[in-house]
Amino acid sequence: MFLEVCCLPAGPAAGQNGGVRSQYSIFRRGRKPAKKAKRWNLDPVENELIAALGADRVDSGGVALGLYSRDGSVTRGGRAGIVCFPESTEEVAACVSVAASHDRPFVARGAGTGLAGGAVPCDEPIVVVTTRMNKIHEVDVDRRLAWVGPGVVNLDLTQHLVGTGLHFAPDPSSQQSCTIGGNVANNSGGPHCLQDGVTSAHVLAVETVLPDGSVVVLGAEEGRAPGYDFRGAFIGGEGTLGIATRICVRLTEDPPEVATLLLDFAKVEDAAETVSAVIAAGIVPAALEIMDQRVVEAVEPFVQAGYPVDAAALLIVELDGLPGGVATEVEQVRDIGIGHGARTVRVAADEDERARIWKGRRSAFGAIAVIKPDYYLNDTVIPRTRLAEVLTRVYEVADERNLIVMNVFHAGDGNLHPLIVYDAREPGALENVLEAGEEIVRISVEAGGVLTGEHGIGLEKKRFMHMQFTDDDLDAQDRLRRTFDVRGLANPSKVLPTGASCGHVSSLSNPPADLWI
Amino acid sequence: MEGFREAVGTSGPVCVRGGRTRWNIGREESSIWTGEPIREVVAPAGIEAFEPAEMTVSAGAGTTLEELAAALEAQGQEVALEGPSGATIGGSLMVGWSPLRRGTLGETTDALLQADCVGADGVRFTAGGPTVKNVTGYDLCRLLVGSLGTLALVGRVILRTRPIPESSRWLAGPVEQSVVRKLVHRAATVLWDGSQTTVLIEGHEVDVRDQTKRLKSAGLSEVELPELPPFRERWSGALPSGGVLQIGAGVVHSWKSPVAPQVAPGIAALALRLRDIFDPERRLNPQCDPHLVAA
Repeated sequence: MFLEVCCLPAGPAAGQNGGVRSQYSIFRRGRKPAKKAKRWNLDPVENELIAALGADRVDSGGVALGLYSRDGSVTRGGRAGIVCFPESTEEVAACVSVAASHDRPFVARGAGTGLAGGAVPCDEPIVVVTTRMNKIHEVDVDRRLAWVGPGVVNLDLTQHLVGTGLHFAPDPSSQQSCTIGGNVANNSGGPHCLQDGVTSAHVLAVETVLPDGSVVVLGAEEGRAPGYDFRGAFIGGEGTLGIATRICVRLTEDPPEVATLLLDFAKVEDAAETVSAVIAAGIVPAALEIMDQRVVEAVEPFVQAGYPVDAAALLIVELDGLPGGVATEVEQVRDIGIGHGARTVRVAADEDERARIWKGRRSAFGAIAVIKPDYYLNDTVIPRTRLAEVLTRVYEVADERNLIVMNVFHAGDGNLHPLIVYDAREPGALENVLEAGEEIVRISVEAGGVLTGEHGIGLEKKRFMHMQFTDDDLDAQDRLRRTFDVRGLANPSKVLPTGASCGHVSSLSNPPADLWI
Repeated sequence: MEGFREAVGTSGPVCVRGGRTRWNIGREESSIWTGEPIREVVAPAGIEAFEPAEMTVSAGAGTTLEELAAALEAQGQEVALEGPSGATIGGSLMVGWSPLRRGTLGETTDALLQADCVGADGVRFTAGGPTVKNVTGYDLCRLLVGSLGTLALVGRVILRTRPIPESSRWLAGPVEQSVVRKLVHRAATVLWDGSQTTVLIEGHEVDVRDQTKRLKSAGLSEVELPELPPFRERWSGALPSGGVLQIGAGVVHSWKSPVAPQVAPGIAALALRLRDIFDPERRLNPQCDPHLVAA
C-alpha cells in the first residue's frame, strides 16, 4: 500500500521500470485523454515542442501539470508549464533549444524521488522528463564501464549486471525507483558509499545538453578528459547546469566475501563512539549504519529482523573484500564494539539473515512514519567524531519542542538523517517542526558539518546556504553555474539563495514503506 | 591565508610556486612569455590538523607531499596524491594526475574536500566542505583539481585520507592483462607493456599472500617497484614503442614528450567561458592551459 502511494510524485513514466511497474496503471486510470481538440490554440512554445516530439509526448493538461509540480520533498507550490517526454539526445536538445529560443526556463526530471525540491518546477518551466530514456546502451565488462540513459532506474542497472561480477556502487535507498540521471544531478550516496564514494566517483563521462541546446561530452571513458573537470563540476549540479542524456558509469567488482554484523548498545553514544573507533583502527567498512531505539521499536514488528528491541541503538557493520581480510576485520570490529559497550555482536550466518538485517534498515523510514501521519526528514553531515554529542543535541531540540525525533543514518560518514514525525492537523505543528529542522542544521554546521550529505540543496535548503558559505563563497559557486548557464534558464531558483522564491515547505503525508533514507 | 591573499593581490599576472617539480606541465614548450612578468607567490605550508578518526587532514597547499606522508604514516594513513620528491600538495592537486595506485587510493580529484582560495579579484573564498560526504552547493573542488592554478590560487586544503594497506606486492609476467585482472580482486594498479603485465596487489597480508600464490601459478613472479617512462600521454588504443599502459586510467607512460590532445569545440567554448568568468584579465598562471596536459 505504501509503495503505491509513495510513487505518486514520480509520475507516469516512472512506472516503466522494474519493481514500480504497478504504479503506472494508477495514473493511467486517473488520466484524462490528451486534449487533441485544442491543438491549434497552443502557445508557440508548445507548438514547437509538439513539432519536435509529436503531440503524444508533450502534455500541458491539468493532470500532467499537477503530477509534475512536485517531487519527493516536502516542497509544494511548484507549477509545471509544459511536460515533455523526449526519448533521445536529439529530442532533449530540441526541448532545450525551444526553451532557450523563447527564454523559457526548463527543468529536467527523473523519477522525482528527490527530497530537497530539486525537481519542483519554478516559473512554469518546460519539464523535461527523462524516464523514457531508460536504455542500457552498452556494458563493457572488460573495461568495467557501462553507457546508460539517464532514465535507467538505479536498481535496474544493478540487476542487469548480475552474473558479470560487477555492479554500480551508488545505492541510494530509493534505488528501486530513482534514476541514474537523478543520481548524477544529486551526486547521490547510499549506505554502501562509505568505502567507494558517492556518484561522482562512479561516473566517468556524461553526454550533456547544455542550457543553450548544444551537446557536449563531459569527462572520458578512461582517465581525466583533457582540460578542466567539467564532469566533476556537472555532477551534483541539481539540474541547473544542463541535462544528462547518456551517462558512462564505472562498474565496481563485486566483493568475493561479505560479512554483516549487528551490534546492539545500551547507549547511543557508545554506538557512535564505536563508529569512530572502527575508522580510527584503519578499517573502512562497506557500510556503517546506526538505528536508534525508537526506530528499532518501530521496525522490528514490521520486518521481524530479530533486532533486540530494548537496545538504545543498533549498529550495522558490513565488511567486504577478500576472505582473509574480512575475517580479520570481523574480529577487530567485534573487539572494538565490545570494548565500547556492545551488549551483543551478531554476525549474519547466511544470506537470509543478512537480508533480514538490511531489510529492517531499508524499511525503517516507512515503519517509523506510521507513528504519526506526517514526517519531516533532514540530512546533514557532521565530523564523525562528534556524532555522540550532536545526536544528544538533536534529541534535546526535539524534547524542548515536544516533538518525536528518530535517527537512522549513515554513521560511517557522519551523515545524519533525523526524522521528525508529527501531525500536521495540530495547529502550529509544521512551524514547530521546521524550526526544529533549522536548529538541527545549525547545530550540525556549528559542529563543523555541512548542510547536506546526499539529498542536495534544491529549494528546501537554499535559505540555509549562508550558514555554511560567505557571500564570496557563493559568488564563486555562481560563477560555475553561469559558465554552464549564462541566462539562468536551467532549473531556476535552485541551490543558490537568490531571493527568488518558488514553492513552500509543507508536510508530506503517507510515506513510502521502503524508501529514501 | 591572509598573508597569501595579500601576496596574490588584485592586479598583475601571478602564479603559485610549489616544488617546481612539474613546472612545465600545461605550458607550451616553445612559448616565450612576452607579457608583464609573472609574480610567483608561495602558498602557506604545514599541517594544521590531522584527525585519524575523521580520515581528514588540513594543511597548507605549500606543504610537501613528503611532510604530509610522514605525518599521516605515523597514524597508518595516506592520501591519493603522488608526485616527485619536493612536490607540494597544491602542485599535485593543480596538476591533478591520478595516482599510480588508484585502485587502492582512488582518484586525486576525490581526495580534495575543501579548498581555501584567492580568486583573480584578490577575494578569498572557500570551495567544498570539511566533511567526507558533502553535496552542499556546487562542486568547485573538482573544477579546481587539474586546473593548473588558472581559476583560483589555492592556499589551504582539507583532504580525505585512507588507511595504508597492511601489505603490498608487485608481480610481473608474460600474461595478458585481462587474464591477470580476473585473478585478483581490486588490484592497486595493472600495467601492460605489450608483452608483460605488471600488477600491484595490496591489502591484508593473508589476502596478498593468497593472491600472490595464485598469480605465481599463472606465470607471474615477484618484482621490485618498476621504473616507469617519464612522460604521460593519453591512451589512444595503440601502445607506443616502450610505452606502458596503465589499465583503466587512460594513461600511457611513454618515452616521448606527448602532444597536446584534441579538445572538442563545445568543451573548448565552455573552458573559455569558465576562464572568462573566473579570471577575465588572465592574471592567474597565464602561461598555463589545462588543455595542453596530455593525460
